[in-house]
Amino acid sequence: MIPVCRIEDLPEGESVRIEAGDATAPIAVFHTDGAFYAIDDTCSHQDASLSDGWLEGCYVECPLHAALFDLRSGEPTCLPARKPVRTHAVTVVDGMLYVHPATQIVPGQPVHAAPEEAVA
Amino acid sequence: MTAARTVTVVGASLAGLHAARGLRTQGYDGRLVVVGEEHHRPYDRPPLSKEFLTGDGDPGEGLGPLALTDPEEEAELDAEWLLGVRAEALDTAAGEIRLTGGRALRTDGVVIATGATPRTLPLPPLDGVHTLRTLDDALRLRAELRAGAERAVVIGAGFIGAEVASSCATLGLDVTVVEAAPLPLVPHLGEEMARVCAGLHTRGGATLLCGTGVAGLRGAGRVTGVELADGRVLPADVVVVGVGVRPVTEWLEGSGLALDDGVRCDAGCVTALPNVVAVGDVARLDRPGSARTVRAEHWTSGMLQGDVAARNLLAGSTVERFDALPYFWSDQYGARIQYAGRRESGDTVRIVEGDPAEGGGFLAVYERNGIPTAALGVDRPRPFMRLRRELARAPQPAGR
Repeated sequence: MIPVCRIEDLPEGESVRIEAGDATAPIAVFHTDGAFYAIDDTCSHQDASLSDGWLEGCYVECPLHAALFDLRSGEPTCLPARKPVRTHAVTVVDGMLYVHPATQIVPGQPVHAAPEEAVA
Repeated sequence: MTAARTVTVVGASLAGLHAARGLRTQGYDGRLVVVGEEHHRPYDRPPLSKEFLTGDGDPGEGLGPLALTDPEEEAELDAEWLLGVRAEALDTAAGEIRLTGGRALRTDGVVIATGATPRTLPLPPLDGVHTLRTLDDALRLRAELRAGAERAVVIGAGFIGAEVASSCATLGLDVTVVEAAPLPLVPHLGEEMARVCAGLHTRGGATLLCGTGVAGLRGAGRVTGVELADGRVLPADVVVVGVGVRPVTEWLEGSGLALDDGVRCDAGCVTALPNVVAVGDVARLDRPGSARTVRAEHWTSGMLQGDVAARNLLAGSTVERFDALPYFWSDQYGARIQYAGRRESGDTVRIVEGDPAEGGGFLAVYERNGIPTAALGVDRPRPFMRLRRELARAPQPAGR
């Protein structure tokens, strides 16, 4: 579980890129359509940061080649991207936004308990 | 083209692949043949001058992340792939494409997607001298940059030259870029912004020499230096020539198709023959509303033209025009340059975000009589994209 920021610091329509440590790739967190979403930050097509992308409803457009990704599923909805990006669970605890990387591997430690308040 | 039994895409490229996809998604269910001179399935070229050169590890045998298709899509596409085969002539009267080895391919429709090939200089064929267009070119250059080369000279400071120079600098080589023009990229960016982008070389640790031609190469068997027109000699272990490309149209000579630095098409990628279309770097399109023609060498144009060309080929006439806003990007020395629009000489430029003088990112808008004509961003992907969208929607000055 990685702390992102206070929810008031990520207003509607905004996004933030977080470095999730060596175990997982950078993650982009979005606030759009009244909810928070987290997906892999790097476009599955070519090297571009999706947190810099254009947000439209539940979709983000890659700032390099305009590939469109569904924030809910990570699936691309048009070319040039053909592969999905991973999605990550997002929770809010006491006004603090957290991301739970999908495949964060911490050797010897159990996976953290379920989030208290799911918003995405 | 009403009852096409065979459509042949000549060029297993980004543009060729997108034309093939366009044919299938628009309902073409006849025989689809893709002829490719390279042995590879379609792959993405932009990374070849960038992360492919600098990346860790062994690039391996296959296309890896460069692949534009996967087995699942290829099965859906249901095309016959003739790879490692060159088209040598097009006989439009007979409806035949002549291939290497004397083989003839009967076809009802043709998509010309043969792209472009690097221009060369009249230099002796020495080892250590490279051009960069194909994956095989990139593999050779990549290996040589890692085989103990210390000094690289890049001839030509266009986008490919700048990206290769940047990659060489990343790999720790001592890099000099030689440009014949007084300043690189002026036709693309205008003098003011071209000067800013030229500054990236210096910031990135490379040396940029402008306004000097290349007189020859030094070395016997293997290159040891580049001799400049002013007499200077730059020692070099590796030389990369990046002086532009020319469209691959030799095979179309005698076909009756109009050739003029590319295959002449109307605004919908259709040649004088309704069953022959052209896409990508090789296609020279009419520009609607003006007397001019345009041959774009942009990745996005190649991708988008395929769909338009496929629709018109299947319709048998031009029912759709290609009118996307030109767009290109370049990654060099840690900076991402993005450009969109139709700038022309005399347009003014205004900085709307950031400060180029401070060496960081910025966003610039080109204007003519107060109307935005183009946008240039350096490390400003988000606001750049907003401007790109606005430009695509806004009316442009007449004739662009």
